[in-house]
Amino acid sequence: MVHAAKASHIGGCLSMADILAVLYTRILRVDPADPQSPNRDRFVLSKGHATAIMYATLAECGFFSLAELDTYCRDGSIFTGHVSHAVPGVEVSTGSLGHGLPIAIGMALAARSAGGGSRVFCLLSDGECDEGSNWEGILFAPHHKLDNLCVVVDFNKIQSFGSVAEVLNLDPFAEKWRSFGWRVEEIDGHDLDALERVLGTVPAPSGLPTVVIAHTVKGKGVSFMENKLEWHYRSPSDELLAQALAEVGA
Amino acid sequence: MRTTFIESLSQAASENPDIWLLCGDLGYSVLEPFAAKFPDRYLNVGVAEQNMAGIAAGIALSGKTVFIYSIGNFPTLRCLEQLRNDVCYHGADVKVVAVGAGYAYGSQGYTHHALEDAGIMSMLPGIEVFVPCDPMEVRAATRLIAGSGKPSYLRLSRQGEPNLGAAVTDLRKPRVLRDGREVVILASGPIASRALEAADELAGRGRDVGVVSVSCLKPLDEAAIRDTVRGASLVVTLEEHILRGGLFSLVAGAFAGDAQRPPVTGLGIPEQGGKTSQAGSREALLDAAGLSVQAIVARIEQSLAAR
Repeated sequence: MVHAAKASHIGGCLSMADILAVLYTRILRVDPADPQSPNRDRFVLSKGHATAIMYATLAECGFFSLAELDTYCRDGSIFTGHVSHAVPGVEVSTGSLGHGLPIAIGMALAARSAGGGSRVFCLLSDGECDEGSNWEGILFAPHHKLDNLCVVVDFNKIQSFGSVAEVLNLDPFAEKWRSFGWRVEEIDGHDLDALERVLGTVPAPSGLPTVVIAHTVKGKGVSFMENKLEWHYRSPSDELLAQALAEVGA
Repeated sequence: MRTTFIESLSQAASENPDIWLLCGDLGYSVLEPFAAKFPDRYLNVGVAEQNMAGIAAGIALSGKTVFIYSIGNFPTLRCLEQLRNDVCYHGADVKVVAVGAGYAYGSQGYTHHALEDAGIMSMLPGIEVFVPCDPMEVRAATRLIAGSGKPSYLRLSRQGEPNLGAAVTDLRKPRVLRDGREVVILASGPIASRALEAADELAGRGRDVGVVSVSCLKPLDEAAIRDTVRGASLVVTLEEHILRGGLFSLVAGAFAGDAQRPPVTGLGIPEQGGKTSQAGSREALLDAAGLSVQAIVARIEQSLAAR
């Protein structure tokens, strides 16, 4: 998709591929045949630029056909380069960073009020945590004991212009969330069993919202992309595409 | 206006269990009756307007109708991108209610003056914009937006504004507050009361002046406005807002393609970039902005003389 469209953000897609795989195959109560079911779980992709992996996941889950992915970023397609709610299975359009968490909080409040047991999962990027709007939400959710809310941070340590440590350091990251009152879990974001184990404990018995700090590798699975800043922006040439596909076993 | 709003909202909420109200830690001594009556549907989000707008979108996308309430620029400009992306782009059923139109928080200074809000909100896609001039229009607007299913903006003043005309029949149409055909003053918001005083003054000088409240800025009923000013020698717009993007821009734009059209004089608040604002009551600041009743009369007479 990214190669054909000459689009970017492949590095940040690969870092969260395992997180989406676990969410959509083992955790989320969503039904491709009834995507608007009122008591469904909600997934809010706040890092809206990582849309190729989102669309690919939804296609694999049967929300639409794999063939439709060929229109990604093409003229007239609903498959825009930042995630679009016109696509079946996508709850909200994002792309301006720092918007997803407040929306997810609203959904969690409404779900608690409705009493149907819906849970809300929201995926943030690490660079996105520079946005102040997130911290308004991070302050809010524990105050209101939103135990049906789970944030997953794709902590790949690279943002668009350099490493997180260089651009705007988040450390001590887990301590920040903990001090705001969250239940904090730190795991290897490519360990499928660890992801399933942690995400399966939402809502938390403690009554607190959960944040899963998932330590990931930007460009995971493709040797020449791993931990390389440039793959935030680049799309692969024909030759590199072939190599990448061979490495991920596609 | 604030009291009328909260009474009307409480009435709507008692009929519709899906109505929620969020505030950004403002609304003391106004919102308490709603909070007491509907504790499960009221939330003080804290001083965090971006979060409030996003939360409102999330609740609305779960099937509810959500009002968010704060002062002037805070629930509007402060969270503009949340309103654009999270609310309007998704067509979420969120109502933005700002109290303190124009110079209503006069002595508090420029940060608290809402002078660009109506124009900026009008530019957002799919939103409806209401600037009522009196409590009757506030009641009608609250009832209308509570059931519209669309994003809306409601701009309120904060003083004990009097009713300026007879009952509101259709809020989307211009509402005639004073009959008159030679000069028609189109006004939005409580400043319409100054238009009425100016019309009385001009009547004493032999002029036939009508005053019409245009409280629904978007969608603007252009055809109804054309009917209202048909045959007039001069149309005057009057708003407690800068001219750019507000009532004057909308009306002038509506007439721009007409072969036959009256001249339009726009009366509003000058842009204040780089200037220090002074303390003062709403009335004093309006006077200083060239919108005293006498100044309005003088500018209308100048416009008539220049024709």
